Amino acid sequence: MSNDVAPKRLKLRSKPSRTADKVFFAVAKAAGYSSFVLVAAILFFLMLRAWPAFESQGVVNFIFGAGWNSTTDPQIFHLGPMLYGSLLIAAIGVAFAVPMAISISYFISFLAPERVAKIATVIVDLLAAIPSIVIGLWGLGVFSPVAAEWGRMLSEALGFIPIFSNAVDIFLRSPFIASLVIAVMIVPIIASITREIFSQMDQEIIKGAMALGGTRESIFRKVILPTASGGIVGGVLLALGRAMGETVAIFFVLNLTFDDFNWFKILEPSGGAVASLVLARFNEALDTELSALLAAGVVLFVVTLIVNTIASYIVAKAQPWRKL
Amino acid sequence: MSNLNHLETKDINVWFGERHVLRDVSLQFQNNHVTALIGPSGCGKSTFIRTLNRMHELIPTAGLSGQVLLNGEDIYAQAVDPVNVRINIGMVFQKPNPFPTMTIRENILSGLKLSGRKIEDGDGLVETSLQRASMWNEVKDRLSEPALSLSGGQQQRLCIARSLAMDPNVLLMDEPCSALDPGSTRRIEETILELKENMTIVIVTHNMQQAQRVSDSTAFFLSENGNPGEVVEFDTTENVFKRPKDDRTNEYVNGRFG
Ligand SMILES: Nc1ncnc2c1ncn2[C@@H]1O[C@H](COP(=O)(O)OP(=O)(O)OP(=O)(O)O)[C@@H](O)[C@H]1O
Ligand SMILES: [Mg+2]
Repeated sequence: MSNDVAPKRLKLRSKPSRTADKVFFAVAKAAGYSSFVLVAAILFFLMLRAWPAFESQGVVNFIFGAGWNSTTDPQIFHLGPMLYGSLLIAAIGVAFAVPMAISISYFISFLAPERVAKIATVIVDLLAAIPSIVIGLWGLGVFSPVAAEWGRMLSEALGFIPIFSNAVDIFLRSPFIASLVIAVMIVPIIASITREIFSQMDQEIIKGAMALGGTRESIFRKVILPTASGGIVGGVLLALGRAMGETVAIFFVLNLTFDDFNWFKILEPSGGAVASLVLARFNEALDTELSALLAAGVVLFVVTLIVNTIASYIVAKAQPWRKL
Repeated sequence: MSNLNHLETKDINVWFGERHVLRDVSLQFQNNHVTALIGPSGCGKSTFIRTLNRMHELIPTAGLSGQVLLNGEDIYAQAVDPVNVRINIGMVFQKPNPFPTMTIRENILSGLKLSGRKIEDGDGLVETSLQRASMWNEVKDRLSEPALSLSGGQQQRLCIARSLAMDPNVLLMDEPCSALDPGSTRRIEETILELKENMTIVIVTHNMQQAQRVSDSTAFFLSENGNPGEVVEFDTTENVFKRPKDDRTNEYVNGRFG
């Protein structure tokens, strides 16, 4: 057997052959590639302007170092605390938002009477479309004082745990509040996408689970959630992108501390967020600082890309059946 | 255990909203017996079989009267938990519906997990269940592959195996072969004949040959002129097909309508 000549394989054609198909294919291809080109072009021109900052500060220092000051000589533009703050706030925001959003969409999809479900769906979709400046103003005017009170209570009750300790006794403008505002902003986005995914669940599979003696709770945990998880993570990523790049909504409710990392004391009034930094400094920035702000943009962009890639990888890993 | 798989319905009536779709269905399903439910489309066979494991009540507009007795006890009694009913009375659907996120092995054990029961000897249970569904040899080397990597016929037998892992007293099958090729159909029929050694089986089928091949008794359902569906004739399969008492049964089993 081993010295048999392998049969000649046919050349299989996966490309379209009919003209209409060809045109469609070409247009789709052009559109697809142009999005790559666009992203590359944006990154390229940003890089062009950002390069001087990377060069003068050193890439590693720029990304991981602390301190931001245009009045010293030499100027210091180190993004570390801002970048870390962005990630921290986004992470806490997502941690708050995901269970909330899943509960809402579960209620709408599986528990609520049809009428209620319809109304709730409209409301959630509307909430998802609220401009962030409105949420920011609400955060500033209405929510901050309330959330500060929650922060105080948390700290009084659980202050012995380092995360909840607060040495300065001011509870306004903390990462905690910023992440709650972010959560409020992204809950409707995640809920809207999750509800859509739940509504497309194969009913036959749910019936199969019922017939095997499943309860509402066990079917949700063992059948619905695993099936929907890929889509939910997609929704979370979309929301995360918005959370990390969010400027206005957090700007009003967070103190920026450039010189120090606030690693975990989420109730203290000191934190960071790249986008807020840009908003805070952009108006007064002169040439070199402008370059540094653009460099911050580049870093944020790349970090968002990395986070998304990791998440997609995790989703793909966790769902081998999707390849079928 | 073996004489205790007796299922019986008394005067089952079903409504969807105001619409009366089944009238006074009283049937007996005996242990070691396969009972076929036949009848034209829309006469209420699926509706009826769903009342036997309380899947019926999941439809929001569903209404019901009558009794379903498993070993003499009404499964609709107030104190009975529908989840326990479904554990004792398994169901296989028309379209294979394995859980897409689970492997073959996980699908077999899914019932125990879903109903919150302990898994004592997982490997053993997986093997015996697959063996009872006569597919152990086909899949024993690929237990950790996704269930969707199986063919349609294999998926259906996996669904049967999944029900068997719960060790039910009764197995309900609603047109289990209608989506399958003749080969897979044959194998499932063989499986049914083996399974009836230990349980009671109710099968809905549109295939007259299949009813004659696998069943011991046959109930003929009919809904005339928009009236609620009723059982026209219930007898041994041989009598229903060879010596029907009712003309309408005669016409139906000889393919003259339906
Ligand atoms: N969920 C439902 N809501 C309202 N009416 C229903 C529902 N399910 C079934 N019906 C009605 O009940 C009657 C019986 O339907 P059923 O599905 O039980 O028929 P069947 O005998 O299984 O038909 P088939 O052989 O085509 O599967 C039909 O008139 C159908 O329209
Ligand atoms: Mg049917």
